[in-house]
Amino acid sequence: MSVTIKQKNNIMTAQIKGEIDHHTVPSIRDAIDDAFVCAENVTELVIDFSEVTFMDSSGIGLVMGRYKLAFANGKALRVINLSERDYKIMKMSGIEKLAKVSKKGE
Amino acid sequence: MRKINQLKMIFDSRSINESFSRMAVASFCSQLDMTVDELGDIKTVVSEAVTNCIVHAYRNEIGNIYITCTVFENGVIRITIRDKGCGIENVKQAMEPLYTSLGGDRSGLGFSVMESFSDKLKVRSKVGVGTTVTIEKKIMGKVK
Ligand SMILES: Nc1ncnc2c1ncn2[C@@H]1O[C@H](COP(=O)(O)OP(=O)(O)O)[C@@H](O)[C@H]1O
Ligand SMILES: [Mg+2]
Repeated sequence: MSVTIKQKNNIMTAQIKGEIDHHTVPSIRDAIDDAFVCAENVTELVIDFSEVTFMDSSGIGLVMGRYKLAFANGKALRVINLSERDYKIMKMSGIEKLAKVSKKGE
Repeated sequence: MRKINQLKMIFDSRSINESFSRMAVASFCSQLDMTVDELGDIKTVVSEAVTNCIVHAYRNEIGNIYITCTVFENGVIRITIRDKGCGIENVKQAMEPLYTSLGGDRSGLGFSVMESFSDKLKVRSKVGVGTTVTIEKKIMGKVK
């Protein structure tokens, strides 16, 4: 499991690689939050799921928590490249009403 | 239903075992020539149930998690995930979408996910004794 952070203009992208479960969420969360808190001039946080090989409902908590952090700082959150299954799981939480959520290839 | 194969395993309720346990069950089940999607469904439901044993059942301790996976002749897989942890006082409430007794990072959607990726879900629990989650899924397999 690893997180790659990139910033281009005002957009910070966190690409998660590997499996998202209750065991891996704390280190993914810390990697994203540390970078997000230190970044300058960021208006949008993008979480990229293209390299995620597994996710259970722990992924919902991860995304919801990042949404709250971004929202509290006046920033937007976007989730991209979800697999069909991860998209279905994510939608159970209603997160798509708060943030832009899209599947692979959208 | 005639039983054709069975896996039984016992392991510590440590979060590092979440990945191991879902992989072990999935690889045992792969004798059924499942689709990638079906394999994913199995991994997801096992991961949810095992995580619940770790974070809820054995919240302040390390205990045993027991998994039995039975393959039946007609392509049905039955997985039971059992713990001897704290138990659930109100199972009906626990299974409601978004209900969580922990808050924080938990979404309260574990049972909803298990329900959505299986055909049958049964939860039996007794406070102070433990919880047994039984999941059944009919494997359609790859179209030949
Ligand atoms: N094995 C278990 N032992 C004790 N309590 C459990 C167990 N599994 C689930 N629960 C209870 O059921 C609730 C709902 O579980 P779930 O839908 O997976 O949501 P979450 O894990 O996000 O809280 C939990 O918050 C917990 O109170
Ligand atoms: Mg859960």
